Amino acid sequence: MQKLGDYKLPQFFNYPPYFTLQPVRDTREKQVQLWKEMIVDYCRTQKIFVIGLEDDFPLFSNPVIQRFLSHEAREVFLSALVSDGRAEWLDKGHRKCLILWHRIQDWAEIVLQFVKDNGLEDSVMTVEEIRSGIESRGTELHGVDRTVLMRALKLLENKGKLAIFKGTSADDEGVKFSV
Amino acid sequence: MGNNRLFETATLTSSGRPVFLPNEVECQLLSNVDLEAEEESSSLFSLQSGLLILTTHRLLWFSSSSSSSAAPPVSASIPLASITHIFSPKKSIKSIFTSHRIRFQVTATDSRSVVIKVVVRGKVDWDGFLGNVWDCWRGRAWESFDTSERPCASGGLYGTDGSVRMVGVAGILRKEQEMWETTDKSLQDAFQDLNALMSKAKEMVMLAEKMRQKLLSGSSTQTSSTNEDEIGSKEEMHDWLLSVGIVSPVTKESVGALYHQQLLRQLADFVRNPLERAGGMINLIDIYCLFNRARGTELISPDDLMQACSLWQKFDVPVMLRKFDSGVMVIQNKSHSDEEIFNRIRAVVKKSEALRAGISASDAAITIGIAPAMAKEYLLSAESKGLLCRDISPDGFRFYINLFPNIDSLDVYLEMRASSKKWPLMVEQKWWRGGGQS
Repeated sequence: MQKLGDYKLPQFFNYPPYFTLQPVRDTREKQVQLWKEMIVDYCRTQKIFVIGLEDDFPLFSNPVIQRFLSHEAREVFLSALVSDGRAEWLDKGHRKCLILWHRIQDWAEIVLQFVKDNGLEDSVMTVEEIRSGIESRGTELHGVDRTVLMRALKLLENKGKLAIFKGTSADDEGVKFSV
Repeated sequence: MGNNRLFETATLTSSGRPVFLPNEVECQLLSNVDLEAEEESSSLFSLQSGLLILTTHRLLWFSSSSSSSAAPPVSASIPLASITHIFSPKKSIKSIFTSHRIRFQVTATDSRSVVIKVVVRGKVDWDGFLGNVWDCWRGRAWESFDTSERPCASGGLYGTDGSVRMVGVAGILRKEQEMWETTDKSLQDAFQDLNALMSKAKEMVMLAEKMRQKLLSGSSTQTSSTNEDEIGSKEEMHDWLLSVGIVSPVTKESVGALYHQQLLRQLADFVRNPLERAGGMINLIDIYCLFNRARGTELISPDDLMQACSLWQKFDVPVMLRKFDSGVMVIQNKSHSDEEIFNRIRAVVKKSEALRAGISASDAAITIGIAPAMAKEYLLSAESKGLLCRDISPDGFRFYINLFPNIDSLDVYLEMRASSKKWPLMVEQKWWRGGGQS
């Protein structure tokens, strides 16, 4: 049986029709909404940033009732999230999806808050430090997906809150805050 | 041309007509006929292009000798009694294009058994001729009348002066023959008229086609302002065509010919019983079979059935044709209400078994009491109304009561337990106690 960690699955996860793409419009709308919320919620609590459509994403199947989502259904639900702006396709073939359980602007806010909380208004940090350094522990920034973080930083850069530059080591980039 | 030694010759009267035996009646005369005799695939003789006369007693063949011919007229007389076997003609594609032929097994005068082949060229009522041959041969007229009829004087059909006498049984036969001939002639004439009529009908059909084209093109190009006029003249057109007896070309709009009107009424009467037996709704295909079986002959085509059923809506009949989204077509009573069936479905899917495992079309059919194909249609219809939702899995195509509207997103949580099969029952308690969700 697949581990779902400490995540509390909603009741309707055991309702077989939940796993069949409904053709009737009203029913479908409700179904899509439920799936969207569940996916975002699960990803937020489990800190999952990327879902691969062909992977064994735990939510997509329920061994208890022996049902699983078809590929088509998965794509429908994830595309709905993309339309909402809560996800993005990472490839044209729609095989990998980036889940933005915080929107990019939310992440930007979180970074700003992080900077303020740690008195980093004028300092310099590497990107890696932001996401895995000591300061980040206990915050949402800890372990954040690098792509997501970069996007948030770029957003802040456009607003003039910081500047991104290539660091001394080839791998990493640095950030100069000017909050 | 060989010599005919196998058969007797036939004698002619002074006017070239054959001399008939007592009670012999002429049945049919054919011209341009060849007569060939074969024995073991070798030709014994062959008489070409002569006159063949079939009588009740004999097959007579005369050469159509021209006056300048030096050769004496040849003839052959084959008694029907000597025919031992008539070979059935082989019907093949070739036989359509070649001349007609028929073969007999005959005992010749020298007691040999030979095969005679009669070849008829040109247009002739071949089936009629064959029929006559069989009739005459089977009739065995030479036996029945041999000893009986001995009319006075010369006896037989012909009087001493050669004129035909209408006496006795022979006379009756002769009369019949003549009647037959006159009927035949009048039929021929009638058919001539019919041919003329047919050619006229062709013109009519062409005219109707032109009209139809005009109507159809007219209806597609007209702007809305002139629609009224168009419709008016269209009506006139339909009426006119209908009065001529041609079914209106734009069939969807018109009432159709009288045939369809009668048919649809008959059909409406007929379907009442099967409808009752089937619980108010019956597949169109089933009706097609039942109706045709009941008719026995004069079966109706699927198109006629469709036509008739489609016209029901224009007439005051208590039944109607209904087409489901899936394309399945059924006949149902006008008074039939879907609501009643939906209520039954609702009741079924709320049972604990159905809450857990849903229902399939066959389950529904059994519990609700309708045909499985109909059950599927109803379930799909209920689904489209939001009453049910579907579950497709390796277990099959099943339906559950639609709980999606009742789910308050993620508000209510359950801890994931191994025995989560309790959930549907908990649902039952939560939802149904809450005051009849339906």
